Amino acid sequence: MQKKVFQLLVINTSGVLSRIAGLFARRGYNVESITAGVTADPRITRITIVASGDDEILEQIEKQLAKLEDVRNIKELEPDKSVFRELIMIKVRAAAEQRQSIIAVADIFRAKIIDVAPESLIIELTGNQQKIDAFIDLLEGHEILEQARTGIAGLGRGTESVVQIDMV
Amino acid sequence: MIGADAIVKCLEAEGVTTVFGYPGVAICPFYNSILESDIRTILIRTEQNAAHAASGVSRITGRPGVCAVTSGPGATNVITGIATAFADSIPLICITGQVNSELLGSDVFQEADITGAVESFVKYSYLVKDANEIPRIVKEAFHIANTGRKGPVLIDVPIDVQNASVTRFKYPESVSLRTYKPTVKGNMVQIKKVVRELEKAKRPLICAGGGVLLGGAEKELCSFAEKHQIPVVSTMMGIGVMPTDHPLYFRMVGNNGKAYANRAMNESDLLIMVGARVADRAVNQPDMITRNKVLVHIDVDPAEIGKNAGPTIPLVGDAKHIFEDLEKEEFSCSTQEWIETLKNFRRTLATKRKPDPAYVDPAAFIMRLTERMEEDGIYVADVGQNQIWSCGYAKVRKGKFMTTGGMGTMGYSIPAAMGAKVAAPKRQVVAVCGDGSFQMSMMELATMCQHDIPVKIVVLKNNYLGMVRQYQHFTYKDNYSVVDLSGSPDLEKLSSAYGIPFLRLENMEKCDETIDAFLKDDVSMLLECIIDPMDLV
Repeated sequence: MQKKVFQLLVINTSGVLSRIAGLFARRGYNVESITAGVTADPRITRITIVASGDDEILEQIEKQLAKLEDVRNIKELEPDKSVFRELIMIKVRAAAEQRQSIIAVADIFRAKIIDVAPESLIIELTGNQQKIDAFIDLLEGHEILEQARTGIAGLGRGTESVVQIDMV
Repeated sequence: MIGADAIVKCLEAEGVTTVFGYPGVAICPFYNSILESDIRTILIRTEQNAAHAASGVSRITGRPGVCAVTSGPGATNVITGIATAFADSIPLICITGQVNSELLGSDVFQEADITGAVESFVKYSYLVKDANEIPRIVKEAFHIANTGRKGPVLIDVPIDVQNASVTRFKYPESVSLRTYKPTVKGNMVQIKKVVRELEKAKRPLICAGGGVLLGGAEKELCSFAEKHQIPVVSTMMGIGVMPTDHPLYFRMVGNNGKAYANRAMNESDLLIMVGARVADRAVNQPDMITRNKVLVHIDVDPAEIGKNAGPTIPLVGDAKHIFEDLEKEEFSCSTQEWIETLKNFRRTLATKRKPDPAYVDPAAFIMRLTERMEEDGIYVADVGQNQIWSCGYAKVRKGKFMTTGGMGTMGYSIPAAMGAKVAAPKRQVVAVCGDGSFQMSMMELATMCQHDIPVKIVVLKNNYLGMVRQYQHFTYKDNYSVVDLSGSPDLEKLSSAYGIPFLRLENMEKCDETIDAFLKDDVSMLLECIIDPMDLV
């Protein structure tokens, strides 16, 4: 089982996400995360999919996605040639006396405290998955009340990896 | 015990007595296991009709009808039947065979992603991965199909799961679904509000939809309406909520309904829509039912409320419970004058037909047919002009009127009538269709013969797809396109090929005798009525 990150540039139509999700469901592919957002050109949406499977499955995933009419471009974002970021928000239980230790951990990770309530804190952290996982590990001992992860967004490094979509 | 045995055991536990279907390799383990059971299997001639027949069972028993078909084309063929049940909120359990779960997603022979394909037409669907899950899944499926807003549920079972051994079989007694808890009882605060509005109202009206029948609330609605003398109209799916000759009933609304029923809707000052979707055919202009009046919308599905018209008083719950609660409230409303007005509308706005005496007049024929049918007879209307005449002129007493008002699927009446007859073998069941809709389901004559299902079939024959011809008459000034049904078979010869007795009625002379001969004895019979090809509804 391995993981791959795919970058898809798709036509921004209603239903495109459901077509992609339907493909994964129909063929029984595993998806770890999927994020979508409009690109600089509002007609195009960038979708980042983290999928897992053996080599044959991952190859099929790429080919099947490429076949979808709305998918204009698909490529693998290889870890050494790309940057990945994920955003996480964690609400931890924190009475006044616990706050300092939590804030200290957050500082080391350059995380931000974005909400303080009498009994809890919300921490925002952006980074790659390893950093986020390490941060969550360090919070052990504190009660995590709620947690929201966005899933990975990524871009290839440099200008060579830029994909131009001609929309005319 | 294997998975297939478990499915059969579950169906037995749910009290299922008949399964309609069509086997194929992927559903063979199920059809092998069912041989050990008392459940009756009926080989339908095309899968779509298996779902329609199951729908007929549901409408008569109030329990989900069951159909079972094979993977791939079997499953895709059944989709129209499922979509029909979904649009009409009919509870249904559809079991589909599926290819080996190891091969799922690899496009092997007869693989179709049926759970994906029916997504927008089912209330819920399952793809079974583990045979031990079967009891829980079947229990849930029946619960989901037949509670709240009813509808079809599909269970897709790969052949290896049907063949896998089930280590421990126990049919669950109850269901625990955390996210699915339909509201049944109406909110008392809202009910009191309705009562306060009813006290003020001078021209109250109840518009009953199919939800009243699905909720089994006919008696409760009727006794509430009678107690306070509130007149009632219905949508197409609501026909039969009260006897059609009930003094408080003013028939069907909508663009194919009675002008006086629509007038009643417009003139009312308090309108109680119950179990109705407020869809375009019933309510052409939704703002007409909110303007200058108090609109109360009762539905078990909260998403229906406010979807097409914003009500003054939304009331979520099951029609039966709500009318029971409403009846307990003491209040008075005087409607004498309003009822007189409605009777006046009925006199002045009644449709005046000028039938050509050379043909059978479908309106008069349907009136006489339904008068001569047994009191608790079941009338199944197909789709097309025949449906509109049926809705407009059929007399319903203690029987049942069935049609597909939501999806309008041609060919519904014969398989649905077969389902009804199987569910209620002692009752008289008559399917009334046109020559277009008849030909969409005529292969089922074989099923009727094979399984001895004595359904009476009326074919209103005009050699046209009449409803579309009528539309082209008005919209395209008689520029007819693809509506001519020339080439249709000689129905007398067709009937005799199946060994089904045949009668023909060419005009209104001998109408009553022919109807009596047609209805006599509990045997299948086909009655062809020659109607005016140019007639309009």
